Amino acid sequence: MVTNTISVSETPQVLYALRRADDALILGHRLSECCGHAPTLEEDMALANIGLDLIGQARALYALAALREPSLEDGRANTEDTYAYLRDVGQYRNLLLCELPNGDFGRIIMRQFLYSAFIDPYWRAMMKSSDAQLAAIAEKAEKETAYHLRYTSEWVIRLGDGTPKSHDRMQAALEFLWSYTGEMFDTDEAEAMLQAEGMIIDASAIHDGWRTTVQTILDRATLTLPQSAWMQKGGRSGRHSEHLGFLLAEMQQLPRSEPGAVW
Amino acid sequence: MYTQALNDLPTPHNLEDAEKMANFQTRIDSEDRIEANDWMPEAYRRTLVRQISQHAHSEIIGQLPEGAWITRAPSLRRKAALLAKVQDECGHGLYLYAAAETLNASREALMDQLMEGKAKYSSIFNYPTMTWADIGAIGWLVDGAAIMNQIPLCRCSYGPYARAMIRVCKEESFHQRQGFEIMMTLAKGSARQKAMAQDALNRWWWPSLMMFGPPDTDSQHSDQSTRWKIKRFSNDELRQKFVDATVPQAQFLGLTLPDPDLRQDEVTGNWMYGEIDWEEFKQVIAGNGPCNQDRLASRRKAHEEGAWVREAAAAYAARQASRHAA
Ligand SMILES: [Fe+2]
Ligand SMILES: [Fe+2]
Ligand SMILES: [Fe+2]
Repeated sequence: MVTNTISVSETPQVLYALRRADDALILGHRLSECCGHAPTLEEDMALANIGLDLIGQARALYALAALREPSLEDGRANTEDTYAYLRDVGQYRNLLLCELPNGDFGRIIMRQFLYSAFIDPYWRAMMKSSDAQLAAIAEKAEKETAYHLRYTSEWVIRLGDGTPKSHDRMQAALEFLWSYTGEMFDTDEAEAMLQAEGMIIDASAIHDGWRTTVQTILDRATLTLPQSAWMQKGGRSGRHSEHLGFLLAEMQQLPRSEPGAVW
Repeated sequence: MYTQALNDLPTPHNLEDAEKMANFQTRIDSEDRIEANDWMPEAYRRTLVRQISQHAHSEIIGQLPEGAWITRAPSLRRKAALLAKVQDECGHGLYLYAAAETLNASREALMDQLMEGKAKYSSIFNYPTMTWADIGAIGWLVDGAAIMNQIPLCRCSYGPYARAMIRVCKEESFHQRQGFEIMMTLAKGSARQKAMAQDALNRWWWPSLMMFGPPDTDSQHSDQSTRWKIKRFSNDELRQKFVDATVPQAQFLGLTLPDPDLRQDEVTGNWMYGEIDWEEFKQVIAGNGPCNQDRLASRRKAHEEGAWVREAAAAYAARQASRHAA
């Protein structure tokens, strides 16, 4: 069978960049699905804005992965577009949280809030990376994610403490998403190597601060932190939900159908 | 909106005497800008509300055909550019609804009219985007035609509309260049890509010409709008300008315009085009275009699904306000 699926040589540095890039791309893609369909024109623009920031972050991180990946045997090198468009589901390294279908506006906001409350302090800490390129990416991303966190926090409060109906929807969104939050703090051997070099930080170190931020906002939103401790995982190693395949089928269809074409 | 209180003018009916009308026309003739709180004939206000709201509706309905390709854009650069473009269109809708608000027409009421099928929007957005090349063709032709229409509106006699148009036109010309660049890339690409570009041009060319509205011989609103300097050029004049600008671009792309009658007039240099199918135009305006139902259904769905969000935001804001007052 002929396939244009690429192979990637996932050294720890490449794997790291792809994981972060995939988070940003897949979540940005999900937000881009709402464009033209949000509850107000202002929110339509805001969600598109966040989506654009995330796609921009993904591109910077894919570019870094391409730079760090040893070139292929035939001398070809991967690019942002081969990573995005020519990897299969099992080669994607994003968090499960990022690939979950949008659901209603409340779930979109809650997903973005839970992620932003993690990724904003994460990028802030990464600004001190020993790797100058990563530090620069982190610095730019943090400015953006600080706004994402502010925007989504305000909406979590407004909807949680809005009407009984909006309160129930936000609580339901939180319950639905909760078991997908643990994966954000996971780390593995590949990352431990990079941590030892001072290149990346230990994501689990963000957990307590994240929990405090989340608790503070949920309190103001009159929402209750779920009790369940069981956490889903798998995205980081390519074991995904059923949803990612559909997302990729849609996203990749055109470049897959015309191998080698320039768009 | 804060502008509504300022605009709480007495109904001008009985005041609409000959002297006021004459003064108003003198201001228009001397290229004076009319501002929100200036006296204006009721018909002038109504004409503007109709035109501005149709324009606003076109921007937000216009998000849909192109929005359908954001998730399928073939490279990350194109994906980001398209998302940014569709977001711009939403912004255009916002400025325009704000301009209509200065004339006492609220966004909510105007959007309700749109969803009830009582308001018009540009016929062009009732055609489907079948392939990626449609995104190129829309940017090139549809944004191109919008620019032709809108550049003269930057000098419209009504200040808030004219100023909104200046912002909008800057972004539209960026969209147009981006669309042309997509077409260029396809036209230089594989045989399949080139065929895709030609097919999109075939489908979007005639509807783009229809964007300028009915021929001058049966256009209802033009005379009064021209006297009020809302409109500076006739539909046919603008259409001709558009054709003259676009034919050389199509030649540059190496694509063929789907009009066997197209020829250059030796004396004027204008490109003379064939018969436009005005019956098709009438049908699309009447709601029978290929996508009219889909477009309104999408708009209604977004509105209905967002109702709980808007209600909650209003309830929260009201509670905050009363807490502050207490
Ligand atoms: Fe626009
Ligand atoms: Fe426009
Ligand atoms: Fe545009």
